[in-house]
Order: sequence, then structure tokens, then C-alpha cells
Amino acid sequence: MSIAVATGLYGISFGALGVTSGLSVLQTMALSLLMFTGGSQFAFIGVIAGGGSGAAAGAAATLLGIRNAVYGMQLNAMFGPRGWRRFAAAHVTIDESTATASGQSDRLEQRRGFWSAGLGVFVLWNLFTAVGAFAGNAIGDPKQWGLDGAAVAAFLGLLWPRLKGREPAAIAVVCALATVLAVPFVPPGVPILVAALVAGVLGWVSHARAAADRPLEMEGLEPDLDPYAHRAHRDEGPDEASRGDSA
Amino acid sequence: MNLWFWVIASCAAAYAIKLLGYLVPRRWMKNERMTRIAGTVTIGLLASLTVVNALGNGQALAFDARIGSLAAAAVALLLRAPFLVVVIVGAAVAAGLRLLGWG
Repeated sequence: MSIAVATGLYGISFGALGVTSGLSVLQTMALSLLMFTGGSQFAFIGVIAGGGSGAAAGAAATLLGIRNAVYGMQLNAMFGPRGWRRFAAAHVTIDESTATASGQSDRLEQRRGFWSAGLGVFVLWNLFTAVGAFAGNAIGDPKQWGLDGAAVAAFLGLLWPRLKGREPAAIAVVCALATVLAVPFVPPGVPILVAALVAGVLGWVSHARAAADRPLEMEGLEPDLDPYAHRAHRDEGPDEASRGDSA
Repeated sequence: MNLWFWVIASCAAAYAIKLLGYLVPRRWMKNERMTRIAGTVTIGLLASLTVVNALGNGQALAFDARIGSLAAAAVALLLRAPFLVVVIVGAAVAAGLRLLGWG
């Protein structure tokens, strides 16, 4: 229920910001229907809003979608859908459905949780994207309503839950600085890809150091969920479900 | 029309990535380095998108009403406000500052 309300409101923000970024209503709705992974969709419109090219927008969205591959592997290990279901399951593999599934302890409940969260969010997300897109289209000058400020707040809101611990915060600061430094020198949209590269290198290097040195300090750095750890102590309650925060 | 191409291509890429997770051998899952990099890249991209949307103006940096939105959103998040409240606060502050004649 709380997922449903959050999804609805989040979808309205996406729809409104999508059309004010310069996409058409149909393009905004196509992203929700076909891309269906909130973070990547916001990345796409964020780059377009900043004057970036379609190619840069696509690259940023794709990089942000990589965590979905990790989710897919985890879900496959959890209840391994077969046949055509696997192709449907892939489409609704997002933060919320993965979080709901890994919050359950037995296979049947995991499967049920995954499908109900995945399909439920899919329907609501598309419905409310449409509402937001038409509303955003109707209001006139988006700046007068502060919608560019809303986009800033939305990205900070997406980032915030991932800043658990010192290392994620340090990575965020370094990437923010890299972005600011890159803006004057490269075309719009590209600074975001520069920051992604910096983050990737930091991840690579810090992994090597941590592996050589001490057990990994993974808090906040993982793509949120680890069903293997959860299985190891399956009696420890459902708090995992609250960890995947946003699509 | 060009933008449509990138919309569709990005959607296809997003689906391919999701499907890949179901098709790769299970042992890849144990590669902690790749898992870690997926996590750091997510943080880096979101941090960068926040900054670009707050300060970016084409190839220049601008300090306008959006800075107010960024600060207000941070305060709202510190107070554990839900996502939509954070977004509305961001919009309201930018709109309000513009009414006052700044940015």
C-alpha cells in the first residue's frame, strides 16, 4: 500500500518533469512503459533538460540501469522463473519488486511478492506518468512553477538513501566535483558520464584495496540487496523490504 | 524524430540489461567487484545528475533559484520527509525565490 502511494506520487513527478525537460507526452509515457526503471528514466530526462544530446541521455540511463542486471541475477537465484515468464520477469525487475521478493523467506512468497510488486508498480507507474505528463503539459512556463527546482530535489531524493556510511558520501562528493569541473569543457550531458567513469574507477580501486586489506565495507555501496546474506539468517525479519527505496 | 530514436534505443538497452541478469551463469553473481562497481556508479550518476540540474546551464555554471531548491530539499530529507514532499519543497522554493525576483 505504501509502495503504491509512493509510486503514484513519484510517477506524477516523473511525468511532469519529463514533458518540461523537452520530451513530448508520448515520449515521456514511452519511457515509463518500455524502459520502466525510474532512476534511469529520471537520468534520461535530466540530461535532456540540461541541454544534453539523446546519445548522452541514453548512455546515462543505461549506466544507471546496470544494477537491474544484478537484481536479475539475485531473483534468478531466488525463484528462477522459466520459459516466457523469464522474459516478463525481466521487464518488471526493478528496485521495488526485488526488495519485496528478498523481504520474503520462502520461495513461494518470494515469487508472489515479486510479481505483485512488479506488476502493481508497473500499472500505477504508467497511469501516474500519464497524469503527470498531461498536467505538466498544461501548466505553461515550467520555471514559473519551479519545476526545474523540483528536478534538483528529485535527484537528491534518489541519491539520499544510498548515502549510508562515509564511503558512499565521499564518492558522491568526488563525483559532484568532477561534474562541476567537467561542465565548461565538454558538451552538456557528458559531465554525467565523466562522473560515472570516476565512480567506476573508484569502485574498482576501492575493491582492490578493501580485498587486500580488510573485509569489505559494503554498506550503501551494494545495489541495495543481498538475498544470499538474507538466506543465511532467514529468521531475522523483513526489514530488507524497506531498503530498496526507489525505482 | 532523432530523440525518438534514443528513447527507443535506451528502452531496448534497459530491457537487455534486465534480461542479461536472468541469462548469465549464476556464478557471476559472486563477482564482488562488479557488484561494487554497479553500486558506486549508481551513486556517482545520481550525485552528478543532482549537481548538473542544480548548477548546469548549457556549458556554463549558474547560481540561481535552483540552489535554494537544493538546500531546501536537503533540509527536507534530513527531516525524513517522503519523496513527493521533497520534490514539492524543491519546486516551491524555486518558484518562491523567482517571485521575489531572484534567479
